[in-house]
Amino acid sequence: MATLELRNVNKTYGAGLPDTLKNIELSIKEGEFLILVGPSGCGKSTLMNCIAGLENITGGAIMIGDQDVSGMSPKDRDIAMVFQSYALYPTMSVRENIEFGLKIRKMNQADIDAEVARVAKLLQIEHLLNRKPGQLSGGQQQRVAMGRALARRPKIYLFDEPLSNLDAKLRVEMRTEMKLMHQRLKTTTVYVTHDQIEAMTLGDKVAVMKDGIIQQFGTPKQIYNDPANLFVASFIGSPPMNFIPLRLQRKDGRLVALLDSSQARCELPMSMNDAGLEDREVILGLRPEQIVLASADAAGLPTIRAEVQVTEPTGPDTLVFVTLNESKVCCRLAPDIAPAVGETLTLQFDPAKVLLFDAKTGERLGVLAPSQSVENMGNVTRLNRN
Amino acid sequence: MTSLANKPALSLSRVAIYAVLIVAVFIYLVPLVVMLLTSFKSPEDIGSGNLLSWPTEVTAIGWIKAWATVKGYFWNSFLITVPAVLISTTIGALNGYVLSMWRFRGSQLFFGLLLFGCFLPFQTVLLPASFTLGKMGLASTTTGLVFVHVVYGLAFTTLFFRNYYVSIPEALVKAARLDGAGFFTIFRRIILPMSTPIIMVCLIWQFTQIWNDFLFGVVFSSGDSQPITVALNNLVNTSTGAKEYNVDMAAAMIAGLPTLLVYVVAGKYFVRGLTAGAVKG
Repeated sequence: MATLELRNVNKTYGAGLPDTLKNIELSIKEGEFLILVGPSGCGKSTLMNCIAGLENITGGAIMIGDQDVSGMSPKDRDIAMVFQSYALYPTMSVRENIEFGLKIRKMNQADIDAEVARVAKLLQIEHLLNRKPGQLSGGQQQRVAMGRALARRPKIYLFDEPLSNLDAKLRVEMRTEMKLMHQRLKTTTVYVTHDQIEAMTLGDKVAVMKDGIIQQFGTPKQIYNDPANLFVASFIGSPPMNFIPLRLQRKDGRLVALLDSSQARCELPMSMNDAGLEDREVILGLRPEQIVLASADAAGLPTIRAEVQVTEPTGPDTLVFVTLNESKVCCRLAPDIAPAVGETLTLQFDPAKVLLFDAKTGERLGVLAPSQSVENMGNVTRLNRN
Repeated sequence: MTSLANKPALSLSRVAIYAVLIVAVFIYLVPLVVMLLTSFKSPEDIGSGNLLSWPTEVTAIGWIKAWATVKGYFWNSFLITVPAVLISTTIGALNGYVLSMWRFRGSQLFFGLLLFGCFLPFQTVLLPASFTLGKMGLASTTTGLVFVHVVYGLAFTTLFFRNYYVSIPEALVKAARLDGAGFFTIFRRIILPMSTPIIMVCLIWQFTQIWNDFLFGVVFSSGDSQPITVALNNLVNTSTGAKEYNVDMAAAMIAGLPTLLVYVVAGKYFVRGLTAGAVKG
């Protein structure tokens, strides 16, 4: 097991072609679980292949422990990978699949047998050892693929969307199991996914990528509560964050956002550093769970009356859509509230949790709270603007 | 009570289909039947009866004479065909492996150019091949003929293997590389065990092509090293003496038997291999 550090990693497939990876800079400690998340084509799989050595980088360095591995071939990097398609060797039995890497590394047969037994027990695949991959279900194949990776005890584990070929129920089960496994084994892991729920639930650290650039690198909590830009804010969270384009105004010396539900108006006082924000086109970001029904014990918070357009009862919550400033806004309400369409609700916001983004660049605006910003300095990589 | 499953066993359309099939089978089999019947007749019998008549007296004299004449050439054909098939299949498999799993800059162009080899008629390569063999000192030798067959067959064998291997997920090779396996280990341990159907296709195809080849055989070999196709031609086309049709037919049957045998033994793989990769799963 080891630390992993990427220093200014660049990758391009040829002069004149756009950069596939651009100044990738991140590091994780020993035993940490790093998630690379982003939409398809963002470069996350390429980055993983570069770490594995299956593709060469065109600039920068990849450090595993104290060693720069960027020029080394995959087999010398001591890395194991679980592929999206599992990539089990179809003509070999499960046992042979797990043994393959060990045999190539010329481990003696007694040690191999012990290692296969250990891994099989860990993953509960002992009864499958003599089967061929074709005779296994998707979930079983997934376990075998993990077993093959675990058997080598490499420095770093790479997972390339390992759960995306499973059905929804199994995916959730395996997600929990992977987390349990990681808690027990404490292996340094890099995990690629396009699923933001996997990113939030599994990761110690999350790198959100787009167009070959890391948009933000931080803990899941930082990514969720303190997104660096509009892209990160919109990508993480389900249902997604609400975005309301508007122009900030100054009233009684305070900066306010004026919300209009066509039934009522509301002045939302801004808590952030307001220098230069007055009369500027911004996008106001509000997570659905931050809009709640007005209640007596939170008196003093701004409220607004709005007409219910659509309701979506999901079971644990009821999603209610209203219109504010001509934007559709989703509110996540308790399941026992089942307003009828057309009914008017009184909603309440916490202005301290409102985020602001620049309407043109998508950049986060007005980050304040000195304690918070110091903490973020090292971790938040802001959108690269050229 | 009538069940839906109890349809009449022979409907009119069924009868029509079988009738057409039987006619087709008959048309295809007539030449073979004529050859077999004739090979077991005596020369007098051939002169008196018609083509499809049963031999008045079954005699193996034609087969014995034919075998005595073509025996040496029959083994020549094996000496040419077996190495040529094995070598061209082996190299084709390696080529296909590289062109699908270890692509290099220009590998697509390389493959495209290689495909031209499939469209080259035998006749166009006769002179250059003969020139090359002469320079290599292999003119009129079995080795030279094998060499020509290998080179000519490579375009086909590479095409077969490459198209089979592109349907194998690349992740397998990546996984094996991370497991520490190198180029040849991956080929031998992972790829080859998956290749049985296409190896069969390639063996049948190459065996048929090379065994049945006449042109390369007649041009690039001479005398006692000629393949059976050339010997058969020489036998049938002799202009001296009386025509011994029974011997001709028996010799032709002998010349055709090995390919028939290969199809019977490995034929089930042929269809399987040709359609492999066409439908996933």
